[in-house]
Amino acid sequence: MAEEVKTPAPPPPPEGEKKPTAEKPAAAPPVAPAKPAAAAAAKPAAPAKPAGPVPAPWTSPMVEKYKSQYGSGLDALTYLGQNYLSVDRSLIPDILRLLRDEEQFDYCVDVTAVHYPKREKPFDVVWILYSFSRNERVRVKTQIADGASIPSSVPMWATANWLEREVYDMFGIVFDGHPDLKRILLPDGWKGHPLRKDYGILQQDQEWVQINLGIESGQ
Amino acid sequence: MTVPLKTVPLDDGRSDGKNDAAIRSSNLDLETPDKPYLDSNELVINMGPQHPATHGVLRVILKLDGEKVLGTECIIGYLHRGVEKIAENRTYTMFNPYVDRMDYCAAVSNGLGYCEAVEKLLNVEAPPRAQYIRVILTELQRIASHQLWLGTHALDIGAMTPLFYTFRDREEILKIFEKYCGARLTTHAFRIGGCQYETYAGFEKDIKNFLTFFTPKIDEYETLLTGNRIWLERTKNVGVISAADAIALGVTGPVLRASGVKWDLRKAQPYENYSKFDFEIPVGTNGDTYDRYLVRVAEMRQSIRIVEQAVGGIPEGPIMGKVPKVIKPPVGEIYHSIEGPKGELGYFIVSDGSTQPYRLRVRPPSFVNLQALDLMVRGLLVADVIAVIGTIDIVLGEVDR
Repeated sequence: MAEEVKTPAPPPPPEGEKKPTAEKPAAAPPVAPAKPAAAAAAKPAAPAKPAGPVPAPWTSPMVEKYKSQYGSGLDALTYLGQNYLSVDRSLIPDILRLLRDEEQFDYCVDVTAVHYPKREKPFDVVWILYSFSRNERVRVKTQIADGASIPSSVPMWATANWLEREVYDMFGIVFDGHPDLKRILLPDGWKGHPLRKDYGILQQDQEWVQINLGIESGQ
Repeated sequence: MTVPLKTVPLDDGRSDGKNDAAIRSSNLDLETPDKPYLDSNELVINMGPQHPATHGVLRVILKLDGEKVLGTECIIGYLHRGVEKIAENRTYTMFNPYVDRMDYCAAVSNGLGYCEAVEKLLNVEAPPRAQYIRVILTELQRIASHQLWLGTHALDIGAMTPLFYTFRDREEILKIFEKYCGARLTTHAFRIGGCQYETYAGFEKDIKNFLTFFTPKIDEYETLLTGNRIWLERTKNVGVISAADAIALGVTGPVLRASGVKWDLRKAQPYENYSKFDFEIPVGTNGDTYDRYLVRVAEMRQSIRIVEQAVGGIPEGPIMGKVPKVIKPPVGEIYHSIEGPKGELGYFIVSDGSTQPYRLRVRPPSFVNLQALDLMVRGLLVADVIAVIGTIDIVLGEVDR
């Protein structure tokens, strides 16, 4: 997935190189007279670990329980200290309900999606949950096909209402059972879903712009 | 039966008076009918998008029974700029200033959340000195954000003086920002890995001066409002939200705390070096507009405490961590959130190992908190809608992104 369609954006690497170099010297010249020695020494405190960490299996009593219950449909991983569950689409309603009712994940922080156009099931839908009593976060991810729908989590967390509407607006993912699934940030008649990777950054619904704004183009 | 036309416009300059006699002499039954002419009990009106009390371009469709609100619907997106799409087309460094433009009343907090999220993804940490500078500026920004909120909220309700007081004092914070990084609002104060700028000569003195200047000013705000009869009438038991409802609706920040939930990310999941400082989490009990006012005022005092402790203990050392010149986080994803002035401000970043985020999602507190408006205003009067929009403390730049 490293070479995904980045849309017609400016080629990044040269700019990416310029910016940080400009940063470094700016950090070095000491402005405050109080600490020139320290700044000149420029000994960074944080030990950087260049080798990228990989997701490790996440083990906990909760996970063990669900794994024995659901078997291969569920994968529990941890990355950079954050736990997440990769769940088969068919298990989503059950898992979410269990997490809320039995594990006290009573606060749905966010519902969002990621588009991987080259994959067979191009969309990841992600729930970020938090439990006040455990002071713990968990992410639940599932993969769905383009055009497939997913059960709405509004009956479980009222906050998912607008969050799911935004996912629908930006990705075109349909949530079954959502009380009022319509666009939220873009106008109702808009065509296209901008956060899909095949939607260019300069792309617009020209027809909508011409009809509703009375101008030739929004560019 | 036709509606009697007894009030044909006679004085609008257009009526020629020819029909007047005919109307007066008509034998229409002019008695009051049994039923109203129209079923006018329910009225749907638009508040906004151009309305001074919606704090930007928010459109609220109100369904009214007389003056009573039966339900609302928020129409948002007027300020949508596609920040998340832009992020996918910029490098990590280039995207940094964009986050300032979301919650433009708290640009420093946005920057902190973004930089920390990318640092976590890179597995680096800002050096201690940078952390102190970050905490000081972020807490000053929290005070500034609450001041702006207090001034405009009070103005919406009809108290004009607090606006002048809070803006006068907020100016001092903006001056510090300006001296530190050259900008007052969209500061771009922090960089991935630390801070770009060393503190200027007199930075600590300026901040200490500000603290001594500002501490009595909070009392001044309180003398204007806390015991004010009109303020109490307009805010007590207005826009009540229970703790359970607030959690179900994902409401965070002062709005959640005013409902009695003692939850603050600075304590629950400390980031930067907040665990080093001694401060309290103010909570309310009723979850009404008045409690939210008290919570925010108390938060300003707590922020002063944090800044006081931090400014005395800024360590020597570098201000930039060991970040590579080209920021290329390894493949993976991260969710990181901070306690912004308005609630939980989160960033969910998916990296594909390139210089640009593969996906960057902002979890905006204003957007989620605004969803609670409908519940909070049902059964209230139209004038209370203004008070409740103010008390949620939304910034439309962040709602719409």
